Amino acid sequence: MRTLHLVRRPIAADRLLEAVARDGHGASTLFLGVVRDHNDGRAVQGIEYAAYEPMAERELAAIAAEAGARFGGVQVALEHRLGVLVVGDASVGIAVSHAHRAPALDGLRYVVEELKRRVPIWKREHYADGTREWVDPTATTPAATAATMAAAGAPARSHASPGDGS
Amino acid sequence: MSPDLAPELAPRMVRLDLLLFAAHAERLGRTELPVELPAGATVLDLRHWLRDAGHEALLAGQLRVAVNQAMADDGCVLRSGDEVALIPPVAGG
Repeated sequence: MRTLHLVRRPIAADRLLEAVARDGHGASTLFLGVVRDHNDGRAVQGIEYAAYEPMAERELAAIAAEAGARFGGVQVALEHRLGVLVVGDASVGIAVSHAHRAPALDGLRYVVEELKRRVPIWKREHYADGTREWVDPTATTPAATAATMAAAGAPARSHASPGDGS
Repeated sequence: MSPDLAPELAPRMVRLDLLLFAAHAERLGRTELPVELPAGATVLDLRHWLRDAGHEALLAGQLRVAVNQAMADDGCVLRSGDEVALIPPVAGG
């Protein structure tokens, strides 16, 4: 299988693990980002993912190469799903392997964070009340604004968004 | 520029079809936006063009610009035929 790609079918976690398996690799890590049922206090029914596909594929390849260079030659396999997903669906699957656990875990964290920071993929949340909104992770949410105002002078907090599995 | 250069060889303007995605595409109801800029224009000039053309909303947040599928800084010079895309804040994962 190609090891880095955008798909319009369920994430195949077992195949991701197979893709990074090496006889000399004693540590395989797997991350799944899963659509959850709420974000910032709103009930979420699903998330629609869209991408600037050719650039997204390039960025994913660059991130995988960087991870390999930074973390002792880790192997990386990744799938990001596009289209409309419902609660419980995996939106992204990432497998990273190495001879030892520390580079595998560090490499996995690196790939997840870089994916979220720079790969041109966007999501639109579908709320239970029938409305839909494109998510801007850099925007201060109303809830965050209220919290910031209450905390007088505290910096705006960043917030996790659904699909990141956190 | 030589005055006897044929007009079709004198690249006075840069013509682009800006690629739009996600919230931008929805806001404008289209996925491409034709743009004409003076020769030598940069990404920063493109940002100014967007503001002056009434598209301030696209500049909101942390707008990045990709040129030929790589993130470009404001000093990047644009050329006709470049693949230029507006990248609103990304939210993969």
